[in-house]
Amino acid sequence: MTISLFIEQILNGLQFGVMLFLMSAGLTLVFGVMGLINLAHGSFYMIGAFAAALFAELTGSFLIAMIASFVAALFAGALTELIIIRKIYKRDHLDQVLATFALILLFSEGIRWIFGAYPLYLDIPNSLSSSFNLPFEIIYSKYRMMIILVGIIIAIILYFLISKTLIGIRIKAGQNDREMIGALGVDVTKLYTIVFSLGAALAGLAGALIGAIQSVEVGMGEPVLILAFVVIVIGGIGSIKGAFVGALLVGITDTMGRFLLPSFFSYFFDNASATSIGSSIASMSIYILMATVLIFKPSGLYGVKK
Amino acid sequence: MIKEEKLNLIILLVLFVIPFLAYLFNEPYLTTLTTKIVILSIAGIGLNFILGYGGLVSFGHAAFFGIGGYVTGILASHAQNSEQMFFFLQFDGSNQILFIWLISIIICSFIALLIGYFSLRTSGVYFIMITLAFAQMLYYFSISWPAYGGEDGLSIYVRNVFPFFNTMNPINFYFICFTWLLIFLTILKIILNSSFGLVLKACKENEERVKSIGINPFNIKLISFVFSGAITGLAGSLYTDLNRFVSPSVLSWQMSGEIMVLVILGGVARLYGPILGAVFYIILEQTLGGVSENWQFWLGLIIILEVLYARAGIMSLFLKDSKS
Repeated sequence: MTISLFIEQILNGLQFGVMLFLMSAGLTLVFGVMGLINLAHGSFYMIGAFAAALFAELTGSFLIAMIASFVAALFAGALTELIIIRKIYKRDHLDQVLATFALILLFSEGIRWIFGAYPLYLDIPNSLSSSFNLPFEIIYSKYRMMIILVGIIIAIILYFLISKTLIGIRIKAGQNDREMIGALGVDVTKLYTIVFSLGAALAGLAGALIGAIQSVEVGMGEPVLILAFVVIVIGGIGSIKGAFVGALLVGITDTMGRFLLPSFFSYFFDNASATSIGSSIASMSIYILMATVLIFKPSGLYGVKK
Repeated sequence: MIKEEKLNLIILLVLFVIPFLAYLFNEPYLTTLTTKIVILSIAGIGLNFILGYGGLVSFGHAAFFGIGGYVTGILASHAQNSEQMFFFLQFDGSNQILFIWLISIIICSFIALLIGYFSLRTSGVYFIMITLAFAQMLYYFSISWPAYGGEDGLSIYVRNVFPFFNTMNPINFYFICFTWLLIFLTILKIILNSSFGLVLKACKENEERVKSIGINPFNIKLISFVFSGAITGLAGSLYTDLNRFVSPSVLSWQMSGEIMVLVILGGVARLYGPILGAVFYIILEQTLGGVSENWQFWLGLIIILEVLYARAGIMSLFLKDSKS
């Protein structure tokens, strides 16, 4: 194992982590502010990816495809919030789980209806398809580096949005006391729609960015959704900072687990069984991480105990 | 509009009669379908016990359903190939269904004890998520562990053996499953009417008050969780025998979602609710599936309408004293 391979894997973990952050940011805000468990968040990821694939096909521009993914998911989010989600804020978790589970069925089958059952492909633009050289003889894909940068930039923007702007202050106030900010004259309904759609748009962008590395298909959102839940539970529900730390932790644990565990077990077993044991445990590693965090901190790393 | 007891009786009678009708009209597929309904009902009443009465929303009951299924598949496949299971122990698995049930229940109870012990330290949305995480852990393990088929699943070709009964006959197997349903319904009815059941319901309402009369709610919830896991696990065991096949999909989060959907569709905290939910679910799957490839779209629409406008479940549509 060389040091350059090791660093490359760390970068892969980082890339996976920032992508998870884009997914988790909306999820954690929606839960923190509105108290809603949204299983359908993965559908916005899928909608973003499909919109990007469609617009890349139509216009040939990757940038337009990315903007399309953001806008499409923003609208899908706003529409869902206006028609269905706002009716279930006050319901118990059970109703929310059920309704948003049903929304997954609606979105997945709807997309299958429109685009057919076959996966679509979204190509990485030529200018980003090559790799470049870093110190220590590390060769790393430009596109993945771009994802890391985009993720970090969005994290910074979100940080300023939440801590420095009026809307951010309202979001934070909404987390603390919903009735109070309503009484102070803030239009809570509008605030909810904005937060929900913005979260959906970020998920859509994440879907488009990853869609260029993997294929764009129905059901692509749900595995990521579950990872995003792991992230926000580790980070503490409602906390953007928690989502960021949790996302990087999960991204790096998962990538490094898959990379290191098989060679770790080869000290004890022969090669074939070391690979199978190593990869089995690696695929469970983030869930083990989550269970461990919850056992010691039942409301996550940065969660507020209520 | 009728009383709940009467409706329950009608549900059981219909389930009892269907396989005979199916035999009469030579429609063996209908028997298989009804067997599936009964098995899903058992899984559902297992979940409903903690979800409906204890207020514990477990989003990971596929873990128990799947473990029950895999225990059955693994024991049977070893018996069929006469392969030793453990390198230190002369044991070739078994195809005796009574023994398999026993082992499934023991292992599922043990897993439920572990998962419950850690999960019940949390509550609310964290509980939903941690149960989901444990189920996902097992799901990914089943996919990446190559010994028992990995992603492709494991076939057992013939059903396991029940003394004096040919389980390959669909009607015989149906009545084995139906008997289990009756057994669990009876046990649960007794438990729910006992003081234990009262305390469990009290934990849902107000945990502090339960504590104040000197009962530790954690223990009550843990025992119930284990019991619930064992019931759902047995359903999983029957499901493997029904299909003569088990694959990681029984451990997937969609499976957890499906069990939860049929509990809620039928009516939470009604003993027979999950049965009606399972009947409704399978009928929808069969009829809508025949009309449109995208039947799940319509299923989604129906569930949303149910959540928004008919919250008490299907049971309440038939009942006079509807509690909302």
